[in-house]
Amino acid sequence: MISGTSYAEVMARRHDIMKSAVGIDYEKFETGAIAFDYEGMMDEVGYTLEEIHAIQEETSVGRTPLVELRNITEVVRRISDPGRGARILVKDESANPSGSFKDRRASVSVYCAKNKGYPGVIAATSGNYGAAVASQAAKRGVKCIIVQETYDSKGRGQPEIIEKGRACEAYGAEVHQLTVGPELFYVFLRLLEETGFFNASLYTPFSIAGIETLGYEVGTETLRATGRYPDAVIVTHAGGGNVTGTARGLRKAGCRHTQVIAASVDLTGLHMASDTDFNRKSFTTGHTGFGIPFATWPDRADVPRNAARPLRYMDRYVTVTQGEVFYVTEMLAKLEGMERGPAGNTSLAAAIAIAREMDRDQVVVVQETEYTGAGKHPYAQLSFAREMGVEVMRGDPRENVPGKRIVIPEHPSQIRVKEVPLVDIRRSYIRNALSHAKGRQISIEDIRFLAEDTNSTVAFVEETIRELEGGEGRG
Amino acid sequence: MAKVFDVVRSESAERVRAGEYVEIHSIILKPGERAPQVPEDTQRVPLELRIKGYLDHDAFVGDEVTITTVLGRKVKGQLVAVNPPYPHSFARPVPELLHIGEELWRLLGARGVKEVREGDEP
Repeated sequence: MISGTSYAEVMARRHDIMKSAVGIDYEKFETGAIAFDYEGMMDEVGYTLEEIHAIQEETSVGRTPLVELRNITEVVRRISDPGRGARILVKDESANPSGSFKDRRASVSVYCAKNKGYPGVIAATSGNYGAAVASQAAKRGVKCIIVQETYDSKGRGQPEIIEKGRACEAYGAEVHQLTVGPELFYVFLRLLEETGFFNASLYTPFSIAGIETLGYEVGTETLRATGRYPDAVIVTHAGGGNVTGTARGLRKAGCRHTQVIAASVDLTGLHMASDTDFNRKSFTTGHTGFGIPFATWPDRADVPRNAARPLRYMDRYVTVTQGEVFYVTEMLAKLEGMERGPAGNTSLAAAIAIAREMDRDQVVVVQETEYTGAGKHPYAQLSFAREMGVEVMRGDPRENVPGKRIVIPEHPSQIRVKEVPLVDIRRSYIRNALSHAKGRQISIEDIRFLAEDTNSTVAFVEETIRELEGGEGRG
Repeated sequence: MAKVFDVVRSESAERVRAGEYVEIHSIILKPGERAPQVPEDTQRVPLELRIKGYLDHDAFVGDEVTITTVLGRKVKGQLVAVNPPYPHSFARPVPELLHIGEELWRLLGARGVKEVREGDEP
């Protein structure tokens, strides 16, 4: 069959390409204009927790140390009201083979690709996931291609992304480095067609199942170390997989009352597909540029149905500033002797603010760290920011303006979280779901699904739909 | 049109031998072919690709060439660099971060750093 390779032609074939590249028949889980059988998909296509543990043990993934941050906890207590200041623990995920929790996701995808007989794996990612897939592919002797969004139109790349590209090459991957733009997905689809490789998407049930072990370990190990389940687990949130997999794992560990708190770096005002904004972000992941769109419409992913559905699982969503994350990265190195991040420390910044609200006998767990290296370091990233014309200064982090000014706090008491009202995210999700249904009849099944997918109620969904329809009528 | 590009100029006059580890560049989508949802600044520039591999035949920097990637796949493009270095580093220490450690240890009143009490001279 001869197929055209223009942007429009390839995008028109996306569903067929993706279907054969992950080996999942997503259509059979569809149950309505909006609804689909999420748990059915996770059960049938994913693996059990025991199976995942076994897969991950084969490639030395997981069972990372749970570290109590005693000095940081002490700092928090010094700046908190009497009786406040929860114990802060961190799951040192940088101890995974390629240096981040992403190994958990990659381990299952690469295992799956090999098991199903694919000749190789491809992942589209500028983040730690690329290194994770390349590393796991090396361990299992599978070929690997990574497609990265690396440069602006002047050939300049954020040092963090350059480092991640280097890491992928170090693990033996073929690395495609692109300039800015969502057409990365088009290049990705063409490569899938050309090679017949497996789509090691971040958003398959395999990938999410791979993170469940992290939540499970956090739950059980915290209980062992402190005598109680975590009162709160803070999760750096971007595409939603981290929140989803961790929360599912926590539930499987028996954590019934643990609050799952998502945290993103606030990049409000920067356009993710803009050639000029690209190198002014100072963060390549864990930010609101992914966090908000993936929470309000998870099915924008590179598979027809995203297994990462963060709204189902987050009890609270907060943002922190760029400057706060760089500050706590320095804090972690100087007070705890752990050089990690920076992007992975987004949840640590949030934890410091949240622990202040909590009682001293409570426990908050930061569920990841990531490796630090050349380029992936506050010095490299802030120096690059300065070169791009971003101002860097000490002061009140409330003065931080993404892309213009990074404000490093002067005191730990200035670290605060900003709430993202979940009710707004839920409404926005429902609006997106209705618009994707394109006027098809919405059934009670769809309403029930929306209630589950937004962790709300049928009454809330019905009311929101009425409001939206009323708004259109008046509009 | 020539692009602003980190071509290793010193090697531009020399023949690059087959088998050398090189970087090639190509245009995937021209400005008029970009996706409709792309913002205006991105619409104005092409979607470009860089990839590394082993040169299939002798050539000069700037030539259209074919490489064999680490996976053994053939890719065509313009030869732009021979074994380019990784340009990233840890960079210089950032002054705004330098004192955070001592400030926090002072807050904890430990590690030989004198705790600053109210009324103390700074």
